[in-house]
Formats: sequence, C-alpha cells, structure tokens
Amino acid sequence: MTHLAKTIIWILIAVLGASAVGGIALNRGESINALWFITAAVCVYSLAYRFYAAWIAARVLVVDETRATPAERLNNGHDFLPTNKWIVFGHHFAAIAGPGPLVGPTLAAQFGYLPGTLWLLFGAVLGGCVQDMVTLFLSTRRDAKSLGQMARDELGALGGSAALLATFAIMVILIAVLGLVVVNAMKHSPWATFTVAATIPIAMIVGVYMRHLRPGQVLEASALGVALLLLSVAGGGWLDDQPSLRGGFDHEGLTLAWWVMAYGFAAAILPVWLLLAPRDYLSTYMKLGTITLLAVAILFLMPEVKMPALTQFIDGTGPIFGGKLFPFVFITIACGAISGFHALISSGTTPKLLSNERDIRMIGYGGMLLESMVAMMAMIAATVLDPGVFFAINSAAGAVGADPATAVATISAWGYPVTVEQMQTLAQQMGEATLFARTGGAPSLAVGMASIFGSAFGDGLLAMWYHFAIMFEAIFILTTLDAGTRVGRFMLQDMLGNIWPKMGETSWTPSVIVSSAMVVSAWGYFLYIGVIDPNGGVNILWPLFGIANQMLAAIALSVATGILIKSDKLNKAWVTGLPLVWLIIITSTAAWEKLTSSDVRIGFFAAANDLSSKLAAGSLPVEKAKIAPQLIFNLHLDAYLTLFFVVLLWLIVLDMLRVAVRHVMGKPVLPLTETPHSPSLLEAEWVRD
Amino acid sequence: MRKRLKRVWQGIRQLSGDDAYERYLQHHAAHHQHEGSAPLSKAEFFKRWQDRLWSGIKRCC
Repeated sequence: MTHLAKTIIWILIAVLGASAVGGIALNRGESINALWFITAAVCVYSLAYRFYAAWIAARVLVVDETRATPAERLNNGHDFLPTNKWIVFGHHFAAIAGPGPLVGPTLAAQFGYLPGTLWLLFGAVLGGCVQDMVTLFLSTRRDAKSLGQMARDELGALGGSAALLATFAIMVILIAVLGLVVVNAMKHSPWATFTVAATIPIAMIVGVYMRHLRPGQVLEASALGVALLLLSVAGGGWLDDQPSLRGGFDHEGLTLAWWVMAYGFAAAILPVWLLLAPRDYLSTYMKLGTITLLAVAILFLMPEVKMPALTQFIDGTGPIFGGKLFPFVFITIACGAISGFHALISSGTTPKLLSNERDIRMIGYGGMLLESMVAMMAMIAATVLDPGVFFAINSAAGAVGADPATAVATISAWGYPVTVEQMQTLAQQMGEATLFARTGGAPSLAVGMASIFGSAFGDGLLAMWYHFAIMFEAIFILTTLDAGTRVGRFMLQDMLGNIWPKMGETSWTPSVIVSSAMVVSAWGYFLYIGVIDPNGGVNILWPLFGIANQMLAAIALSVATGILIKSDKLNKAWVTGLPLVWLIIITSTAAWEKLTSSDVRIGFFAAANDLSSKLAAGSLPVEKAKIAPQLIFNLHLDAYLTLFFVVLLWLIVLDMLRVAVRHVMGKPVLPLTETPHSPSLLEAEWVRD
Repeated sequence: MRKRLKRVWQGIRQLSGDDAYERYLQHHAAHHQHEGSAPLSKAEFFKRWQDRLWSGIKRCC
C-alpha cells in the first residue's frame, strides 16, 4: 500500500473514532446503540497502538531487535524459552485478564455509562497499557526480574519491601471481595450454588484424567471438563425443580462464606495438579469462549444502552457505593484502565518467554488493550439493562430498603422506574427466587449477558444463559481465589522464613498448614465482615481493593519513571510520570475522603462514630446492635489500612524523587542494572514459524 | 486454507501445553542426546512440567 493510502486510512480511523467518542459523550437521547462504544474503542485503541505505542517503543524505550532477550540468553528449555509471539500473547492475556474488568465497570455504571467508558478508553491507552509495556521492557532488560526485585535494585530497599507488602495486601483484599461477589451470586440460589459447587469435582476429574488416566492429554481432558461444566449448568436447572434436593443447596450468605473459606484452605494445601491446574485450564477456556461469544452477540445484536450518560449519583449519593465521581470512578475501575497487578505478570513471568524485544509493544501494550476491550463489553452488558432494574439488582438492602415494595419505590423516586412485578418476572425468567439486592456485580452482569445472549441466540433459554454466566464468572473468581491464596501462602512462608528458617520451607507440612490458615483467615475476616454488613460489603471492600491496586500501579510507574530518569531520559519520563501523577492524585484524594469525609457512606471514621453513638443511644435494632461492635472495629481497621496504603505510596514516590533529583544533580545513585547487550542469534523465521 | 487451520490448531496445542511432551522430546534430541541420558517418560515429564508451571504468580485480577 502506498504511503498516501495508509495516511488516508489512519485519518479516516481518527475521524470515525472522534465522532464515536463525541457521539457517546454528547448523546442525551433515550438510549444509544452499543455499537458506538465498540467503534470508539476499536478506533481509539488502534490509533494508540499504531502511533503512541510505536513511538514509546522506538523513541522512549528504544527496543532493539538485535539484542538477545533473557529467553534466548538463559534458555534452559523450560522456564526461559523463546516462544512464538502469538503464544506469548495468549499466555500473557490469559494471565492478566481475571474477573476484575467485569466487576469494576458494572459497579461504576451507577454514575452513568459515560465516566467509566471514557476512563476505560483513555486510562488504558495512556496509563495501563504504558505501565504493562514499560514494565515488560524493563524486566526483559534485567534478566526477567520481578517488580519487587527491580524496585530494590534501582531505587533501594524501601521500594522492594513496599512492593512485596502491597502485593500481599492486594491479594488479601482482592480475594475477600471476589469471594463476596461469588457468595452474593449463590445466596439462596440452589441452581447457582449447585453449578458453582460442581466445578470443584469437575476440576478434580479433569486433574486426575490429565495426570494419571491419560498423562499430558491436556486438550482431551479440557474438552471433557467443558462438557461436564455445561452439563452442570443444565443439572442445576433440573435440581432447582426438585423440592427434595434444592434445600441442600439453598443457603444464607454466611454459610456460603464459611464454605468458600474452607474451600480456599483446601485448595491451598491440596496438590496443584488435583484442583488448581485443571481449574485454571477450564476457566481460561470458559473465559476466552464466553468473551468471544459476548463480542459476537453484541456485534450481531447491536443492543441499545439504556443507562443515561450521567446519573445524579455523580454527587456521591450512589446506592452501590458512596463517593463522588471524582475520584471514585477511577478507583472503582482499576482493571481495564490501569491495574498495578499486571506489573507482576509483565515482570518475571512473560519476559522469560519473549523471543524478541520488538514484540514488547504487541504483548505489553496490545495485551492490555484487549483487557480494556473486555471491560468495555462488561460496561455494555451492565448498561443495556433498564436503569431501574440495574439499581434494584445492585443496591444493598441497607441503601434502598429491605422489602421489594420499599426498594422499587426508592429507586423509582430517583427517576428510574421499576416495579415489583417487573423484577419478579425477570427473576422468574432467570430461574431465581429474587434479584433484589444481589450486590457485587455478578448477578447484574449475568442478567445483562443473558439478555444479550437470549436476544441473539433465542429467548427460550434465558435461565440457562443466566446460570451459564454465573458459572463462568464463578469459575475464574474461584481460580483467582485458589491461586491468590497459594501465592499469598508462598509470600508469607518467605517472610516467616526470615524469622524462623524452618517456616520458609515451602513443602514442610506444618508450615504449609499454618501459613495457609493465616492467609485464609486474613481474607476470610474481610469476607465475613462483608457478608454480615447490611450495606453489602462491596461498598467498603471494592474501593479498598481499588486503592490498593492503584497503589501497586503507582509503585510500578515509580520504578519505571526512576529508571527512565536514571537512563538520562528526563525529557521523556512524562510517559510514565504523567500517569503516575494522576494515580497519586486519585489514590490520595480517595484515601483522604475515605478517612475524613463526614458522610457515613464514605468516611470510615464517620461511619464508625455514627454506629457507636447509635449503639450507645440504643437506637439500633437488636440484630444490628449485635454485630455493631464488629462493624465498628472493622471500620477502624479499614481506615488504618487505607492510611497505611497511602503512606506507603508516598514513601515510594518520594524515594523515587530522591533518586531522580540526585541523579539530575550529578550525585551518585544506585547504578542501572540493565544486562549488557549481547547479539541475538535467533533467526527471526525460526521463532515465528 | 488447510495449512492455516493446521497452524491455528498447532497454536492451540502449544498454548494449552498439549504438545509440551513432543516439544520436550525435540529439545532433548537436539541438546541432550550426547549426554547419553534417556528422555523422561510422558507421565514423568508431565508431572514435572505441571508442577513447575504453578510456582509463582500466574494469575491476576
């Protein structure tokens, strides 16, 4: 193609993208077609990938395709192994895309579709993708070292310890909030509970098959597993109609929470091949399959988005979580826009497979673009619902009233009409007893997905689609839960090993049991509080997770900015510096509001004081008075945790600035730890066949 | 067309690890033949491969 033709095509893409973004932003009609969102995303992402990412790769990082990567230099046939770039992309994407990009946008939809959509588009191309790509590059140049190791080597001991602590803290909060999402999806739903429970023996069957019956036949075993999963969705429907059996799967949230904790503990101590590895296979296939299906359905059906662009809840009075649009939309949507967790995959794991530096743009930047696209589809699935229905599903009883009549009255009074009959019909269609106050995002996403799938592939199977969607979300939430508990256990064993070396032995049974129990109790505590909290728990836990995740992103961007400045690229350090400044602003503001706000739905201390005074005055109902002391303690704990996160963040940023200023003034700093250049001997054709 | 489908299938096998043992045998033949050690059996190889795959952070939010 001639240069001119290419230029014209890119100009057309730019015009189309600008019109789509403009159309989304300025539309004030009754509804807007979802195709606009997809168009805007595809155009913005392509432009960013073609120009911004290419510029960063060529001019800021200066990737060098003649340079041997760690995979080539340290090739040992297993850990370090030059791999085809599409295969690396597949592994990288499967590793970074978890349930986060599905839950965050669903919750943030309470502000209307616009804020979340814009943050997904621009947060990803200017922040998240840059973080992932730069971290991947830096780790590739440093023998595939982890983020924590790079922080220690380049900034000092503080950065390294902070990264470790932040990772552990995120893991605990993340597992708790994801556990809560699953519990809320299973609460009093025998169908969902049976299907989710069935994933455990199914994973074990697949595990035994792969390990013992037909060793190494991964695809065969996975196909069997996927078939059994689909069967379990149908089986749940059958079970739901059997009065004698359904009682066994009809439970309160708290009972389910105990089961989730018991499961987490078992998964952390059982061998990986039995549960974790096969479950991971199944969840990866389900994830890729369902997301592709959703994309096809959206393109085919072109549903109308019914949520307004902005709702009145941008003033901070939202029923799903309290807090103003700024900064809380940026905290609520982490995964999909910028997620610090990705820095852990981009450093350490992926660089060991990378065969050539020129693929860093595609894998680092491109992988995150795809995740952002997934988040965009979750946003569409949440906003195609009638706003009244969306709020009825997602608002906790504490926010809108416990009985259906009060809830619909409250929500209709906000200007989002919904009736009890409408909710009952919907619940019946979905095969559920009720859809009121099913907080956490999973049920409303499942209703959205079921209605999209139902309209695209036939309306008769709505209940089946709904429970398929629940199973799909639950299976990889549980995978994150198992994997996270296990990683947390290893980290804890490592830390305890410094005090008592015997504890550091990862296969010493007493150490395994004690450290697993400690990790499970840590997240189990937050899960327990989240379940008993009448305001739904998600209201507290999700912002806490967002703050922690953004803090980890800030650590990764600090490391990157520090290294860029040390490499005498001060004039280009804004590439990571600007997203870093933005993260510092939003994280600090959010933390400040969480600590000092006098609104009981936002401020931790305000809520604690309010509860204490009501308890003292005896104005609480008996049930609430019983749990009040626990809730008060928890609110204080959350407040100190937030304070701890934000102090840690500032320490790292100041430490990075100290290093940067010293370098600019010509004073000695820790030397760059980049591995010297050695020429790549790999034939390009050989790796890319 | 058939060639392309075959390549996609190969990609799927490689991504899932379905062909890991075949690739190991090739690697062994190319690099470790002279050491005179026999390659691992499929079951033994798969055991080690799977256990190694699951050390460290592999999954995200």
